Amino acid sequence: MKKIVVLGGGVGGTIVANLLAKRLRKDEAEITLVDSSGKHVYQPGFIYVAFGRKDPKKLVRDERRLLRKRVRLVLDEAVRIDSQNHKVHLAKGPVLDYDRLVIALGARLVPEELPGYKEAAQHFYSIDGAQKLRKALERFQGGKIIVTVASVPYKCPPAPSEAACQLDYYFTKKGIRDKVEIHYLSPLSRVFPLEPVNPVVEKIFAMHNIKSTIFFNVESIDPAKRVVNSIEGETFSYDMLLMIPPHRGAKVVEDSGLGDRGGWLPTDKNTLRTKAHPDIFGIGDCTDIPVSKSGAAAHFEAKIVADSVAADVRGEQATERYDGKVTCYCDAGYHKGFSMTFDYEHPPVPPPLSLRGWIGKQLINLGYWMLVPQGRV
Amino acid sequence: MTEEQKTVLDARGSFCPGPLMELIRGIRQAKVGELIEVWSSDSGSRRDIPFWVQKAGHQMVGVYEEAGYARFLVKKVK
Repeated sequence: MKKIVVLGGGVGGTIVANLLAKRLRKDEAEITLVDSSGKHVYQPGFIYVAFGRKDPKKLVRDERRLLRKRVRLVLDEAVRIDSQNHKVHLAKGPVLDYDRLVIALGARLVPEELPGYKEAAQHFYSIDGAQKLRKALERFQGGKIIVTVASVPYKCPPAPSEAACQLDYYFTKKGIRDKVEIHYLSPLSRVFPLEPVNPVVEKIFAMHNIKSTIFFNVESIDPAKRVVNSIEGETFSYDMLLMIPPHRGAKVVEDSGLGDRGGWLPTDKNTLRTKAHPDIFGIGDCTDIPVSKSGAAAHFEAKIVADSVAADVRGEQATERYDGKVTCYCDAGYHKGFSMTFDYEHPPVPPPLSLRGWIGKQLINLGYWMLVPQGRV
Repeated sequence: MTEEQKTVLDARGSFCPGPLMELIRGIRQAKVGELIEVWSSDSGSRRDIPFWVQKAGHQMVGVYEEAGYARFLVKKVK
């Protein structure tokens, strides 16, 4: 009987555990998923909490109810991975042995890494942050809003430009758009990370009077002067600072000496095995693979990892490879949106901005709970 | 630092977030004086990466053409 341990009850970890429970017989493998909260959170909904369009309670479900019965759920925190002896040490419970380990712990928000961030900035990258931003937006009567990111990499690369569009839509509906200046500072050479899609987003920004500056990578914030400075040497003032917080990889990965300097898990971008330990797999945001840190990437990667772990358990050759597939839905406001799919070999096709694109995003948000964690799609 | 000690970031096939973000990540994580080499199959990198390196005040050590991709070697200088 092989022992499979999955760390993290987000989209990637949950799909892997469920697919393995479906594919492997009970006498072939014991499947254990470790999650510190026992709650499964749908993060793409955070932006709608910030803009008062989603009840945060609808974004959280019990992980146990999303897992197949034979997956053992351990509510605990992994504090050390002993890759030499194939063991995971937990904060409270007994040590877990593994034959295959899947690390799907996501990215960690580390606002403390940028001095001034906590006092100066708003964000929507946690339920708590999104609720605070909602209240700040309700109070805001006019002035300059800077939208930017504290550092790279960060989850969901299009999210800040989507937030700029949502700000425009929000203040237009509120009737004070003429009193609000929205200025998006992009760390990259364009406002939208995907080059073929950039002209579409630039057009939306121009149509809705959203200013933008490219090549702005934050160096520091001065909360007293209300200014933000870049490593490229520019400075902008703000009345409200909407800034995606700094991210790092998972703490246990760092503490176990398995991460790079940012705590990201060095992982082969095709096999999804970690570069140092082929019996350990990495999924999603906690890895260093060069795709969007997003639930969609973790979703597609999870299927490859499940296939490879199942092959390993059966002593077969693991042949499945991740092709870099990501699907992305963006809400541009005014009931318009777009979607795109791409992989390592195929760039996205410039999408039309449409009602259909917007409806697609809303359907994904609704259908997620029925389809994705179980690995049905 | 010797050539062998440089950090190599394989961003071939990365459309989002893309090779430039991989380079910025590498530079942020590196110490002054270290070398970062980014591999990119995106033709836009030939324009974006040298431009950003100059704007951010780092040193573009070289751009090397390979079959189907290019290697961008950058030194963190501040």
